[in-house]
Amino acid sequence: MIDFSVNGKQHQVDAEPMMPLLWVLRDMLGLTGSKYGCGMAQCGACTVHIDGQPVRACVMPISAVAGKKVTTIEGLSKDGNHPIQKAWIEHNVPQCGYCQSGQIMSAVALLEQNASPSDEDIDNYMQGNICRCGTYTRIKAAIKSVSSGPDLAKNVGDDA
Amino acid sequence: MNHKIENVSRRHFLKVSGIGAGSFVLGSALPIAKPVWAEQSKLAVELNLFVSINTDNSVNIVCHRSEMGQGVRTSIPQVVADELCAKWDLVSVVQGLANAEYGSQNTDGSRSIRRFYTTLRQMGAAARAMLEQAAADLWKVDVSSVYADESYIHHKNSNRKVSFGYIAEAASKLTPPTNEELTFKSKKDFKLIGKPITGIDLPNIVTGNADFGQDIKMDSMLYASIERSKVLGAKVKSFNADAAKSVNGVVATFKMPDQPTPVVFHPMNGVAVIATNTWSAMQGRKVLDIEWELGANAEHNSADYVTELKSRIVNKGKEIRAEGDAYADLEKAKQTHSATYSIPYLIHAPMEPPAATAVFKDGKCEIWACTQTPQSTQANVARALGIEADDVIVNVTLLGGGFGRKSKPDFSVEAAILAKEMQRPVKVVWSREDDIQQGFYHAVSVQHFAAGMDENNLVSSWLQRTAFPSISWTFTGTVDEPQVGELSLGFGDVPFNIKNLSCETHKATGHIRIGWMRSVSNIQHAFAQGSFVDELAAKANISTYQMWQQLLGENRLVNPKTESFDYQNYGESLDVFPIDIKRLKHVLNDVIEKSGADGETSANEGWGISVHRSFVTYCAVATKVKVEENKVTVLEMHSSIDAGTIVNPDRVRSQQEGSMIFGLSLALLGEISVKDGAVEQSNYHDYQVLRMSQCPKIETYIVESDAPPGGVGEPGTPPVAASLANAIFHASGKRIRDLPIKNHMSV
Ligand code: FES
Ligand code: FES
Repeated sequence: MIDFSVNGKQHQVDAEPMMPLLWVLRDMLGLTGSKYGCGMAQCGACTVHIDGQPVRACVMPISAVAGKKVTTIEGLSKDGNHPIQKAWIEHNVPQCGYCQSGQIMSAVALLEQNASPSDEDIDNYMQGNICRCGTYTRIKAAIKSVSSGPDLAKNVGDDA
Repeated sequence: MNHKIENVSRRHFLKVSGIGAGSFVLGSALPIAKPVWAEQSKLAVELNLFVSINTDNSVNIVCHRSEMGQGVRTSIPQVVADELCAKWDLVSVVQGLANAEYGSQNTDGSRSIRRFYTTLRQMGAAARAMLEQAAADLWKVDVSSVYADESYIHHKNSNRKVSFGYIAEAASKLTPPTNEELTFKSKKDFKLIGKPITGIDLPNIVTGNADFGQDIKMDSMLYASIERSKVLGAKVKSFNADAAKSVNGVVATFKMPDQPTPVVFHPMNGVAVIATNTWSAMQGRKVLDIEWELGANAEHNSADYVTELKSRIVNKGKEIRAEGDAYADLEKAKQTHSATYSIPYLIHAPMEPPAATAVFKDGKCEIWACTQTPQSTQANVARALGIEADDVIVNVTLLGGGFGRKSKPDFSVEAAILAKEMQRPVKVVWSREDDIQQGFYHAVSVQHFAAGMDENNLVSSWLQRTAFPSISWTFTGTVDEPQVGELSLGFGDVPFNIKNLSCETHKATGHIRIGWMRSVSNIQHAFAQGSFVDELAAKANISTYQMWQQLLGENRLVNPKTESFDYQNYGESLDVFPIDIKRLKHVLNDVIEKSGADGETSANEGWGISVHRSFVTYCAVATKVKVEENKVTVLEMHSSIDAGTIVNPDRVRSQQEGSMIFGLSLALLGEISVKDGAVEQSNYHDYQVLRMSQCPKIETYIVESDAPPGGVGEPGTPPVAASLANAIFHASGKRIRDLPIKNHMSV
């Protein structure tokens, strides 16, 4: 049995120690907001936060998550009111939307570390998140629109 | 406003027979097994196939096409709701199940709006007319004195108004109007059509609540992962079921039925591992230790194949369209130029790998899948299970990208077979490796172009040849040359004003599954044609723009149909959607003017341009690059698109951005290679797609037009590769004729 919390809720799961967090979230806890895109830390679709740090859930064994706090896209805010989520709608960022949970979780982590990133900072930080639909220019615009905006750090996880 | 994917009930369909079959029905889904996420809808009065009105005055509008990022779940209701005069905030979209009454639901070919714009307006207008008539009857006034606005019917001569919800039941009992009786809004009265309405699924997407094919979950559902043959047609000789079953969570293994030939959409040979979760199923696969009997396709090597096609293509081929005598003119031309181009196999790699969930019960099957093609899914599942199509219900989830991959229903058939076998709901999950190694590939291709110029540097002869394995090979196993459908994609429809023309094909057979991918054969044809125009310009010492002007010639309508070339024009009539040189020239002028592509550049920088008509839409692209120390950086990409009437300009813009990035990605990085019959790439580390740092600044210019709507999802892709290769040439003097660029310089 492995104990950890997801979006502020305590969970106990009976999973193989090597099972990646992504499949525990998706198949055992029914939290399908974190997506499978590659299974090898190449695409970022599975990005979640563990103790506030962005992590690719597809390569994170569940045993390494014991005792930790996980935030997924579902727990980022109540009612989608995180400034990044609002900016994503404001800029009509998503096309198919499949990569966007991961994009948003990465963008939130970026802005927590660097409240006003340059274009290059954004490129570097978001490099691990593929969008096959090609929404990159809008992602960048959305990140920039909130970059020197509200204090993001205090929004994250408050509602979790 | 309910944005969840919600499917129309089966009962609903049984009661409906085309426009206006009004009856009081429940709009809620009645699946055999209810997915966890399904929601009930309210009591609704149905006015026609696409429109029902709820008692609370909200409106359900059916989206019968698949949403994969192009915004169709927003644009379809936009059109219907505008003619209906419904208030947008009261509109919910209901996803249509597989049902032939809708017409084609195969969401590809950039035709959702192109084909259904008029029908959708009729649906909205017919429902509005019935509501107006019912209100007029209620008030005992003439129908000409009432009008609909924002989900109410108003009486002009009094202050009376009545809500759609109140009057809907009475309206549903009226005889629906005929199409001839309908009245339509004029353009100036549109409140929704032509407006950049925000995608209705966005709130669910940004909160992780959107339901994709991979996300379906049901009580007692099992997860399947299938180890498929790496070589097409290879057969399973033996495998270790016990080893797989010893993996924690694995419930069963199952040898998939033998894949017949032609391969069509039949699931590939392989062994399924069925488990209580995806991870266990994937782990079980690793220890299956399958012994394969490889078969003839194991001899296929793509590098050798390109060499073979290149040696063939320099010879005269089979003529499909000719004017004058290109060969004689080439002989006597003042100067000639020729070039050979190639593009490797490519794969769609949508962000969401294919996934389908099936339930089989009492001889009936229900599917939930990220499919572009619910009707074909229905037919293929029925055939595989030996049941009637009517006994298969197909629910369409959101698609995490499609690009043509998901219009092949093989993955749903796999799920259906396994659900029947297990007598429990089964979700088949494709891994990224499965997606890249066992897909339906964009064909490897080779093109050869030659032209002759007279003493005034005017092009007097034009010869073009193409060779690639045909999509039809997948469906026949015997077709061994490009077919008219493929040759209608930017090849036989070459719109140039040249006296001596020859368009020819060469033979090429298939060895891996060939399928269609975003803009299909336009990819290779527009690359070769757009590059060759640039090469000729250099040869004639004029600008690429001037060469395009010369080749396109006077404004006119081009009809490329000949006795030997039955040009398809994307399934449209040439009367309604002609090949209009004026529009081609206009987008080219527009993009050059707005991008400044004819201006000066700094050292090591260069612009490249190209223009192409596809899916009856006109698109020109200008790309600016920098090349330094054999590294190319794409700085800017601009496009001008004339797609006729536009429903949602923001989604047109985003599709332009996406299709240009798709084109840039394949031109810079795209390469599937095959060795001993098996695809060598396996995931995003070796089948690379464009990432943010490689993405240039992008600008899109939409031409205002009242022409009928053309395609939007694909026309942005074809001109990109040529504009890029041309830009690299102008920046560096290096001409790249074999894609991808990464094989020649760092990207
Ligand atoms: S699924 Fe985890 S990075 Fe791609
Ligand atoms: S929006 Fe489709 S992959 Fe990013």
